[in-house]
Amino acid sequence: MTDLTELGVAAIRDGVAGGDFTALEVAEAFNANVAAAQSVLNAFITPTPEKAIEAAQAVDAKRASGEPLGKMGGVPIGMKDLFATKGVQTSAASHILEGFTPEYESTVSQKLWDAGAGMLGKLNLDQFAMGSSNETSFFGDAINPWRRNDGGNAALAPGGSSGGSSTAVAARLCPAATGTDTGGSIRQPAAFTGITGAKPTYGRCSRWGIVAFASSLDQAGPMARDVRDCAIMMEVMAGFDPKDSTSLELDVPSWEASLSPDMTGKRVGIPREYRLDGMDADVAKSWDDGIAWLKDAGAEIVDISLPHTKYALPAYYIIAPAEASSNLARYDGVRYGLRDLPEGAGLQDMYAATRAAGFGAEVKRRILIGTYVLSAGYYDAYYTQAQKVRTLISHDFKNAWSLCDVALAPTAPSAAFALGDKSDDPLAMYLNDVYAVPASLAGLPAMSVPAGLNSEGLPLGLQLIGREFDEQGVLNAGLALEQRAGFVAKPEKWW
Amino acid sequence: MSVDTETVARIAALARIKLGEDELAAMVPELNAILGWVEQLGEVDVTGIEPMTAVIENHLRLRDDVIDADPLTGGGKRGDVLANAPAAEHGFYGVPKVIE
Repeated sequence: MTDLTELGVAAIRDGVAGGDFTALEVAEAFNANVAAAQSVLNAFITPTPEKAIEAAQAVDAKRASGEPLGKMGGVPIGMKDLFATKGVQTSAASHILEGFTPEYESTVSQKLWDAGAGMLGKLNLDQFAMGSSNETSFFGDAINPWRRNDGGNAALAPGGSSGGSSTAVAARLCPAATGTDTGGSIRQPAAFTGITGAKPTYGRCSRWGIVAFASSLDQAGPMARDVRDCAIMMEVMAGFDPKDSTSLELDVPSWEASLSPDMTGKRVGIPREYRLDGMDADVAKSWDDGIAWLKDAGAEIVDISLPHTKYALPAYYIIAPAEASSNLARYDGVRYGLRDLPEGAGLQDMYAATRAAGFGAEVKRRILIGTYVLSAGYYDAYYTQAQKVRTLISHDFKNAWSLCDVALAPTAPSAAFALGDKSDDPLAMYLNDVYAVPASLAGLPAMSVPAGLNSEGLPLGLQLIGREFDEQGVLNAGLALEQRAGFVAKPEKWW
Repeated sequence: MSVDTETVARIAALARIKLGEDELAAMVPELNAILGWVEQLGEVDVTGIEPMTAVIENHLRLRDDVIDADPLTGGGKRGDVLANAPAAEHGFYGVPKVIE
């Protein structure tokens, strides 16, 4: 019999619908993989095998009675532990929300359950989604299932912030997982683990019930094995939600049905500012491969300029912490989460003690940066200036769209790095998102597709960035790359 | 611009995060490294450029002014709202005494 955990979203959905296997068999197979890997890879903060079984049984019962199974009927998934899930701890990988058990369900997760998906568990992440390696989690590192081919067996970072999601999908612990992308948190971990991840246009997926980091940037999206699976899942996750004031009042296109790898008549822009001095040779080569593949798919390749690229990261590291410092003010030890009340302390002391005990070092650092750049006397010099630069970055893309339909670039400047490599140097860690952040600042749809392995045997990703609302153009170019890259490598099981 | 220990202590007080002396001392150079790096934004000519307010053009909606238009976010949820409170008392959030 087929190993059901080798199947992706479309294959499971179709196999369950066609009666090749039951949803229960699928859920049990993935539950077993989750349990076997948990103590080593630490992909999950809270596995929920019973939830996966319950949802699978509901799908199997529907099939028995001839009812429609939903767009993801019988597909068990992992849920990043940033989405509020009713009755299941939602921690944001933080101590301050440890034990927080929502009384409500996030819009995006509810849409997935309504479409027939089931929950294998809540996935590990960087604390409050702040990080690029999953190392800021209060619940320990998630370990990348990939290893270098040098025999050294160094533990590698799975990327972040959606590091549990990337680990779980790459290690076949789930066929797909949710991620959220604030400045690359879906795309960079996808690239580090040889999987596919997409972020739609800002506002496509409701933010209601997602623990907020930087609200003008946060956007949910799918992480899965291939482009089609991402299209299916993104279709389910997206859609207007009156409970999110920035939700887009737009119909969700049939992204899966409209998938086409034919790039004839399409122009692919190559941003010249992304070719950095001292660029990793393997990354540069994979970018060249991607250019050749899209040309082969019928696209015209054009040189484009995004002149403010170098200012994207510094602008991001003002805007995101500023928003975070405001969003995270809600954690005060009063309404939910941790309370630290020292003997004889008053209200103000309780706030300060609770936040000192509940937030990790990176979260504190960003709250302090945010508080500083928003404080009287510095607001204009830092925050207003950054928001003006953000306008210019957005203009850069608008100008580029007169020359091209989609842009192609690397997803990250390197393959996965070792745990501990960058955790002592915040700036070195931030620079990992140099290629991912501009699309986030401009609110544009973007995805990472596995392009091949580097000389160390580690996966590299290629990034596609599209016009606002043109997820289809991004997915189609992604499919054209995927078909030509022929990426079938997977991490050898050692856990 | 660079920050000194006193400034970081003031920021931490504004942010309601208690920092020990060691933490404070470690935070000063870290924040200065980050602030020094973001300073490069100052070299961008932003003459006539409006600061970004909405990345994708959208309009703010008003919901119909009716009670419980969405039962999920309407009223009558005291039990749910207090369910995760660290110290709920008599149907309210309990806090240390604030008035002597």
